[in-house]
Amino acid sequence: MIELKKAGFSYGDGAILADVNVHLAKGSFHFLTGPSGSGKSTFLKLCYQALMPSAGTVKVLGKDVRAMTQDDIAMVRRRIGVVHQDCQFLDHLSLAENVLMPSQVSGRDVRDDLTNFNQLMDWVDLMDRINALPAELSGGERQRAALARALILSPDVILADEPTGNVDWAMGKRLLGLLIELNKMGKTVVVATHDMNLIREAKSEVPARVLRIQNNSLLVSGADL
Amino acid sequence: MNKLKIAWARAQDLLSGDQSADRVVPPSGYTSSLTSFVAGAMAFLSVFALALSLATGRLAERWSNELANTSTVRISAPEGQAAEQAKIALEILKVTPGISSARLMTQEEQRRLLAPWFGDQLPMENLPIPSLIEILEDSQGPDVQGLKLRLAAEVPGAVLDDHTRWRRPFVTAASRLRLLGLISIVLIFVSMAAMITLAAQSALSANDQVIKVLRLIGAKNSYIVKAFVRRFTIRALLGSTFGTLFAMLFILFLPRVAEEGAFLTGLGFRGWHWILPMFVPFLAALIAFVATRIAAKHTLQGPS
Repeated sequence: MIELKKAGFSYGDGAILADVNVHLAKGSFHFLTGPSGSGKSTFLKLCYQALMPSAGTVKVLGKDVRAMTQDDIAMVRRRIGVVHQDCQFLDHLSLAENVLMPSQVSGRDVRDDLTNFNQLMDWVDLMDRINALPAELSGGERQRAALARALILSPDVILADEPTGNVDWAMGKRLLGLLIELNKMGKTVVVATHDMNLIREAKSEVPARVLRIQNNSLLVSGADL
Repeated sequence: MNKLKIAWARAQDLLSGDQSADRVVPPSGYTSSLTSFVAGAMAFLSVFALALSLATGRLAERWSNELANTSTVRISAPEGQAAEQAKIALEILKVTPGISSARLMTQEEQRRLLAPWFGDQLPMENLPIPSLIEILEDSQGPDVQGLKLRLAAEVPGAVLDDHTRWRRPFVTAASRLRLLGLISIVLIFVSMAAMITLAAQSALSANDQVIKVLRLIGAKNSYIVKAFVRRFTIRALLGSTFGTLFAMLFILFLPRVAEEGAFLTGLGFRGWHWILPMFVPFLAALIAFVATRIAAKHTLQGPS
């Protein structure tokens, strides 16, 4: 699905990531961990082409990101669902409009995705909140809505950047449960978090690998947590 | 023809198409109102500039035609010879090709001509005022140089004035005014393009977060461009429609006075010219479309 070879990224002279080698295979579950500011978000941004590597190669869904046009990147992002800690909604649109937005921007007939939408809203337990504006939602509701938006186009890969950062432990566990469920459906999932308790919680549920970023390098440990 | 069809289909799609795409750009923000206001004000001004241009065009044409078809022979002869010389001059003029009629003006007509300067009680009989012959030319007109030579030879006191020296500065002035009107229209639309570009850039910057979100969920640049272009084009079309209608009503109800005052009050449209200002909103919308498209494409060139 996503492959980084000797990939690096630096802002000016300051290297954030260097010599990263990793392959995120189809159906795998990865936790990405490391201290704040270590480069977790940068790693994820390289995966969904919000950033281009300064060195090495990044291949997403079999395509080298450097060779991609803006339109290619847009097409690839329709197959990658991204969940941010701050959710990134369009604040003037309702929850339903936000969740259906990927369907709309991809040129699909939104009516075709309504069944999927209803199932998703049931699944994330937000059916009674679909007309609410993002500002009217609680932190947990926003995260679940962001997850629903990331899934509306049935992507192959889910990248979640600190999805439990703004929610309490119970909601964090609930969100983790949803991500594990998606992985069991065959989706590739990467969850960036510095919450080791959350990672331990997942141990019994899913054979996850842990990617740890330390001193600009990526360390990979196996499924045995 | 195919290109025309594609352009028409795009225009239809832009104006009637994806309503929800329009919703992705937040409705609030002063830039949208600014665009409507600028388009309205510029359309108002451009309709006036158009009216000025057309009015001065008519004026130039009228002056040119009216003065071009007439000329005058002035006879300054010693007392006792004036009538004889006028008679000879009239005979010459009657057989000159290009002249449809020639007649000696009466003292009463001459008094009326001089009345603006000397009043209507001028004792014409006691003053050595030259005789005047009014000439009406046909469409070909006479050979002016040949006629002047012949009059000089046979009527020593006769001077032919074909009005060229009077006509030329008037026609030139009117033509310049028409040109000024056209230049004003061009400048108005260029200014409108510049202002809408600035407003679009401002809106794009203000909606940076919206653009980031749209890109994150897989929107192509063309989708984002379309959302902004649609917003600004419709705003410009609506604003300029109001501006144009207001200006047309204003011109329609301008006070009318007698023909003598037509230089100032002749500002307006006549006949089919009323159709011309109706193109202004479409031109404004086209300018907004192009300006916003260029601004949006330029802004979205950066990394996603």
